[in-house]
Amino acid sequence: MTAGAATVPASDRAALTANRTRRNFVADGAMAIASGAALLIVLTILAVILFDIIRHGAPRLSIAFLTEAPRNGMTEGGIFPAIIGMLEMVILMTLAGVPVGVATAIYLHEYASPISPVTRAIRIAVANLAGVPSIVFGLFGLGFFVQFLGAGIDKAFFHGEKVLGQPALIWAALTMAVLTLPVVIVATEEALRAVPRELREASLALGATQFQTVIHVAVPQASPGILTGTILAVSRGAGEVAPILFTGAAYFLPQLPKHLSSQFMSPSYHVYVLSTQSPDVDATQPILYATVLVLLLLTFALNVAAVVVRSRMRRRYAGATA
Amino acid sequence: MSANGAAKVEPAPKLIVRDLAVFYDGKKAVGPVSLDIVGQHVTALIGPSGCGKSTFLRSLNRMNELIAGCRVEGSVRLDGDPIYGPGIDPVAVRRRIGMVFQRSNPFPKSIQENVAYGLRIGGVKDAQEIAGRVELALTQAALWEEVRDRLNDSALGLSGGQQQRLCIARALAVEPEVLLMDEPASALDPIATAHIEELINELSANYTVVIVTHNMQQAARVADYTAFFYLGELVEFDRTDVIFTKPSNSRTEDYITGRFG
Repeated sequence: MTAGAATVPASDRAALTANRTRRNFVADGAMAIASGAALLIVLTILAVILFDIIRHGAPRLSIAFLTEAPRNGMTEGGIFPAIIGMLEMVILMTLAGVPVGVATAIYLHEYASPISPVTRAIRIAVANLAGVPSIVFGLFGLGFFVQFLGAGIDKAFFHGEKVLGQPALIWAALTMAVLTLPVVIVATEEALRAVPRELREASLALGATQFQTVIHVAVPQASPGILTGTILAVSRGAGEVAPILFTGAAYFLPQLPKHLSSQFMSPSYHVYVLSTQSPDVDATQPILYATVLVLLLLTFALNVAAVVVRSRMRRRYAGATA
Repeated sequence: MSANGAAKVEPAPKLIVRDLAVFYDGKKAVGPVSLDIVGQHVTALIGPSGCGKSTFLRSLNRMNELIAGCRVEGSVRLDGDPIYGPGIDPVAVRRRIGMVFQRSNPFPKSIQENVAYGLRIGGVKDAQEIAGRVELALTQAALWEEVRDRLNDSALGLSGGQQQRLCIARALAVEPEVLLMDEPASALDPIATAHIEELINELSANYTVVIVTHNMQQAARVADYTAFFYLGELVEFDRTDVIFTKPSNSRTEDYITGRFG
């Protein structure tokens, strides 16, 4: 570069510089305006949605709303059973999905050869899994878990009596676990990739096996990332409707779900029910908005928790890479 | 220092390296190198950047094979036992040949747990034995007096020089026979460097030390034997006083006298 520049006469060099500066200036300005406008549009949409939901939903929100069951054809009362149902589903989903996702990521990153066709096929499969529409997961859950696994278990252990061969909490949780697997796998792999090579080498040079290095060094170091992925999966699971539509969610239940085979209510499905099946639209509308607000606050709280957990644990491990 | 003890009897070699060559993606990076490393002495590997001295060092405890596309040929024997070959477990090799790295790399654990790590993964469970061996290792690494009151504090709170001595203590705790050191003082200030060099001298009473350094004065100060590497080849290997006073190869002389490198 410097050698080439030296052969250009000084006057030409100045002209070239000026030209480029002017062009850069115009491009920078246009880019700044375009991206600023895009940002404004996004913020406006978000603000309108939030404002609308808060305006209609906040007046209906109260402790009673969170602790009472719906009454009178869902035109009165609260959403307590839906919140409990969602919590149970999300906990089961996490217990079922996260270990499988973390183990998959550990295999992919720590053991599988990065250039083997099998590894690449698994990675492509995971990416595709993330792109499948959620209603397809719902149908998969109905076909595989409810009608195949559930009905099979009924035939084998309950003499054909319908216990697990129908939509149930466990099947909805497992369907949702499959749906959120890619989130956990990708987050865990990303976190494992960020573990400094120096730490792995330190462990191996002390005579640790690959397995010991993964368990005692890599996974603890990656735990903030794994936890963040888990929380994001939970936040996604809490908001989805389609996967639980055919696999376990109920329109209305007089009692809380007590068994894995119980059906359950969920705020997301409740919103769908309230907005499409209400006998009295005017009476249910405030309840609908308040439910949406609760759902939004829960998701928001989970996302904030993910950020806090990540930054806290990152600070704890900060010195390791510095 | 025993470097000037010309009349000393040559002890038996601890590591015997024969025709060792290292390849990255089929391209030769080092070798073939043949070299005897004498037990309970310090051997320095010197040479300009990229000459293969670190690669050679890492092939002495099979750390190179962690790098994808790396292949090693030739043989290394530790007290007569081959460390390369079918059925030989690299984990067992690394238990006998420890390593300290260029950048201090303590685990994000307490000082105590850093040193105890190698013992725990090696199956030592007795808390008293662990405490005793942690104290011994920290004492050998000249760190015990500085950290004895804060063994449960995070190792990441130590200074750079202390962290490197902690890494040495961690390596010593599993009682290896050979200690490989890859430019252990290159990231440290002169005072911390002096600490480490003093420590290396003391360690050579009990351990066989192989140290990579790009600091020739350091090699002259700490090493009994020096090997000069250039462009992936071993150019010259002799007692340090010979290498630094009357090298037999002109390239060694040029490098030592600062004409290149």
